[in-house]
Amino acid sequence: MEIIIPILTAAVRSGTPILYATLGEIITEKAGILNLGLEGIMLVGAYTGFSVAYSSGSAWLGVGAAFLVGTLMGLIHAFICVTLKGNQVVSGLAITMFGTGASSLLGREFVGFTIPGLSRIPLPVLSDIPVIGPVFFNHDALIYSSYILVLFFCWFFTSTRPGLNLRAVGDNPRAADAMGISVTGTRYFYTLLGAGIVAVGGAYMSLAYTKMWGELMTAGRGWIAVALVIFAIWNPARAAFGAYLFGGVEAFQLRLQTAGTTIPTPVLMMLPYLMTIGVLLFISIKKGKGILFGAPASLGAPFFREERD
Amino acid sequence: MNTEQPLVHMEGITKRFAGVTANFGINFEVRRGEVHALLGENGAGKSTLMNILYGLYRPDGGKIFISGKEISFSSPGDARKAGIGMVHQHFMLIRSQTVWENMILGLDGLPLVLPRREIKERILGISEQYGLQVDPDAYIWQLSIGEQQRVAILQMLFRQANILILDEPTAVLTPQECEHLFETVRQMTAEGHGIVFISHKLDEVMGLSSRVTILRRGKLAGTLDTSSTTKERLAELMVGKKMVFSIDKKELARGRPVLECSSLHALGDRGFPAVSGASISVHEHEILGIAGVAGNGQQELCEAMVGLRKAESGSVRVKGEDMTNRAPKDFIDRGVHYIPADRKGTGLVPNMKVSENSILKRYWKRPVSKGFFIKWSEVAAFAIKLVSQFSVSTPSVETPVRNLSGGNLQKLMLGRELSDDPAVVLAVHPTWGLDVAATCFVREQLLSHRERGGAVLLVSEDLDELISMSDRLAVMCKGEIMGVLERPADVPVESIGLMMAGTVIRDEAFGREGSQE
Repeated sequence: MEIIIPILTAAVRSGTPILYATLGEIITEKAGILNLGLEGIMLVGAYTGFSVAYSSGSAWLGVGAAFLVGTLMGLIHAFICVTLKGNQVVSGLAITMFGTGASSLLGREFVGFTIPGLSRIPLPVLSDIPVIGPVFFNHDALIYSSYILVLFFCWFFTSTRPGLNLRAVGDNPRAADAMGISVTGTRYFYTLLGAGIVAVGGAYMSLAYTKMWGELMTAGRGWIAVALVIFAIWNPARAAFGAYLFGGVEAFQLRLQTAGTTIPTPVLMMLPYLMTIGVLLFISIKKGKGILFGAPASLGAPFFREERD
Repeated sequence: MNTEQPLVHMEGITKRFAGVTANFGINFEVRRGEVHALLGENGAGKSTLMNILYGLYRPDGGKIFISGKEISFSSPGDARKAGIGMVHQHFMLIRSQTVWENMILGLDGLPLVLPRREIKERILGISEQYGLQVDPDAYIWQLSIGEQQRVAILQMLFRQANILILDEPTAVLTPQECEHLFETVRQMTAEGHGIVFISHKLDEVMGLSSRVTILRRGKLAGTLDTSSTTKERLAELMVGKKMVFSIDKKELARGRPVLECSSLHALGDRGFPAVSGASISVHEHEILGIAGVAGNGQQELCEAMVGLRKAESGSVRVKGEDMTNRAPKDFIDRGVHYIPADRKGTGLVPNMKVSENSILKRYWKRPVSKGFFIKWSEVAAFAIKLVSQFSVSTPSVETPVRNLSGGNLQKLMLGRELSDDPAVVLAVHPTWGLDVAATCFVREQLLSHRERGGAVLLVSEDLDELISMSDRLAVMCKGEIMGVLERPADVPVESIGLMMAGTVIRDEAFGREGSQE
């Protein structure tokens, strides 16, 4: 138990940035927009969060700023994909490259500094529950809000009118349009909102996870999130499971490193990524009807109202 | 006579698509409580006109008045607020959502958190009033086409549409389902709804509508009172000249079996059984028709019989040789050719030239290819011959296929498949969406192939076409062959309808029935 609880606790912590990114991508993809700019948006979010928190002294101001900058990057993507009906893959890749470069360039002056970051707030009563308490309820507020987001979106997609409209736009924009739903408006809104949430995931890296800024500090977590969306079949609860699974392997290999095994460090560092490939292979092979119905049917396709088919 | 403002009044509507004028100066009107039929051939501009009324397309010219007020719709949402509802040919439903979720799609005025129970109760109330039975909790993908249409109509009634546009609603229904639909339509007009009924089937128009507007090539050919006109007059207005459709089919003795399958089972794209124990055989000098409501396994059956879909069990034989689950190329090599319904997807490569498309099934053969290389001069020569022989109208054989019209795509594909006298051709919906001239051409080609000793397997949703073309007619329902009818022209259509809906009828029963009539 003494070994497992710290690993599980660390799993939640290191899974959280991926969880935010996955949630953000899920809501964007539900609207039918594929955003491959996650890695870039996370890095810009991490940089913005850190620089604002460092300059202002408020970590929460950093979170807010990261969200705003994230929505701005989402706006670029939405403009290209929705208004100009451009290629979503190309636009997303461009955003990743831009975000990677911009954050490295601007972040040079912040390398080596640390901040107090987000503080840990054990939740009364809940944190006293054995095992579950320390693993889930002895963290900072950004982790708690990720729980709320997961529950909220599970409920939002199935039980609310805007959630229903969102799914309709991603599945069959022509039908949604014919029913009087604004396809353009819906796609803009959720692309912006999704990108903002992704950026918060990046900010978590610099404000809570490491409490410092480092070039390329997200280390491919944006890409992992893209994969997890498929693993999760666009379901927020499964996304949480997937994110913590990745976080768990990450925490486990860190522990192995410090324990001084003979396995070379680079091999250990590969583990979480290998697992992602493995999981994707597994679900692709057994491809059930869940995947068929979970995926927004019009993902990645621009919508032209007057196109004749 | 009628001083009341018409529900809809459209004046001088014009709409152009890249290079094509789909509507030109059309006037159209719908009154309260009437069924106004909109008649015309495929491509005459019926759907375009109605998509304009529904706010999906914006007209390039003309005015629209709703209950006397001029309006301009910028989106279907606006049209819906004006009380206009449309049931499209391809239903605008979200397949991954349930019936009740589809009902409320895009509706404002509902609370943010959905009151499921009240919504479902309202659905059941309306469905009872109009005799449209549905299960509110069923997912759209679980429903048959007929049921989906009911949902689509309910969806409009749920939105309190008082002008309802039905775009070729009977194209996908069995005769019995059609009757049921007509009942619903009469119920709706009795309550004061105005119905626009788009069709190209004259009998339905005569039976259901009070007025008819005929479009021809994007222009208004006339608006008539149904009671004071005849089918012949309507047909004349629709086609533009008197055109008698007759098939010159010679009596031929059936030859040896060419393509057979027995107890064939195959799965559909979703992994559910699509073909369940089908056994049929197509012979030389014979057209075997396959009738059935869309999506009852016809497509999958054909695919399994040409090697494009895995046979889970059962067998496929070509001239006696067991070919079960062999590669498509083995079928092609033995003269089994396939004309898919999906012309631009499975049949042709839209971005490739006419010439390149014409050799897709012979590029490995001389003289088109020589060893490792393709001889482009031979390709061009072959394509030019094909284009003239099958009267494909194209600027040149260098034109990308995507620029060709539906009829020319079909002729090109037909030419490619029929040019070296294959043993058997499987044609799926070969005349779908074609104009009269192209339809005749396709039918003639299939018939002359039959005369030359070829076998034809013809899948179609046009029952008249099947009955007049086929020597024998197999009827499919839910992946099973309900029966194979000899001389389908002598069988009452109602019985074929019953078989399409799943009743097994022995062929002998018709022999007597048919002769009595």
